[in-house]
Amino acid sequence: MHIPDGFLSPPVWTSGWAATAAFLGLSVYKTRQFLQEKMVPLMGVMCAFIFAAQMLNFPIMGGTSGHLLGGVLAAVLLGPWAASLVLACVLVIQCLVFQDGGLFVLGANIFNMAVMGTLGGYGLFRILFRLMPSSGGFTAAVAVAAWFSVVLASASCAIELALSGTARFGAVFAAMVGVHALIGIGEAFITMLVVEFVVKARPDLVYGLRAKNLS
Amino acid sequence: MRSKDIWLGVAAALLLAVFFSPFASQSPDGLERVAEDQEFLEKGEGRPAVSAPVPDYVVPGVKNESAATSLAGALGVVVVFAAGYGLASLLKKRG
Repeated sequence: MHIPDGFLSPPVWTSGWAATAAFLGLSVYKTRQFLQEKMVPLMGVMCAFIFAAQMLNFPIMGGTSGHLLGGVLAAVLLGPWAASLVLACVLVIQCLVFQDGGLFVLGANIFNMAVMGTLGGYGLFRILFRLMPSSGGFTAAVAVAAWFSVVLASASCAIELALSGTARFGAVFAAMVGVHALIGIGEAFITMLVVEFVVKARPDLVYGLRAKNLS
Repeated sequence: MRSKDIWLGVAAALLLAVFFSPFASQSPDGLERVAEDQEFLEKGEGRPAVSAPVPDYVVPGVKNESAATSLAGALGVVVVFAAGYGLASLLKKRG
């Protein structure tokens, strides 16, 4: 879902930068308040893991592939604010080192995936986990939120494409959301697997387990 | 996070990036597919704004494409780990 330069118009990608700057500023502020020493290496590992996982495209139907976004995965482990910074970090390096995603539209890419996908996905996780505060509920909340994060990010992307005049809103929104609803199933599955592994191995590293108690 | 766990995490990421990346699906991803179908893909094919060292996850100059991809994966994992670790170090709570 990394938008290349040329897909978005200047007003849209400028707004993308503005929105991203605002949200990431907030993320930095929030992260500084709670990032403990022991989480520092975990952030490095999360960046590395998400980067690697994003390289692994898996086929979905119709000659199309998808790959992990990792926003909810990072957020359930590190909390939403640190997670948004992890995603942003990965996206910046993907753009600058690997030319994956355009430079002008990088703000919009970060907004779609690190803000909408990550913060939005985690928001849904929190709501669902509060409604079903059991271990089964936790797993379900993680899976649904992971699915939703991909769909939400793709919807945001579709809106940007339409506002840029690159595509017609109805067609691009339906197509993007449709294909990412499928990709989201992969996201849900992978996220669930990895989160469950960490919950069993190192539950102290799972920020989201404490989410039902937070106000 | 204990040292052992960090290395385990990085090793897992490296394993994915080095061994599995050459087998990743080559089909276009969701956005590319939609761009093809709705005929705006060529808008994204202009000259890139920066000249990136490892465009498209293929290290230039390495003849075998799988090897070039694996190497790109390994490089990316290391760089991204360092960046994330560095960023977190700057942001951590003091005292």
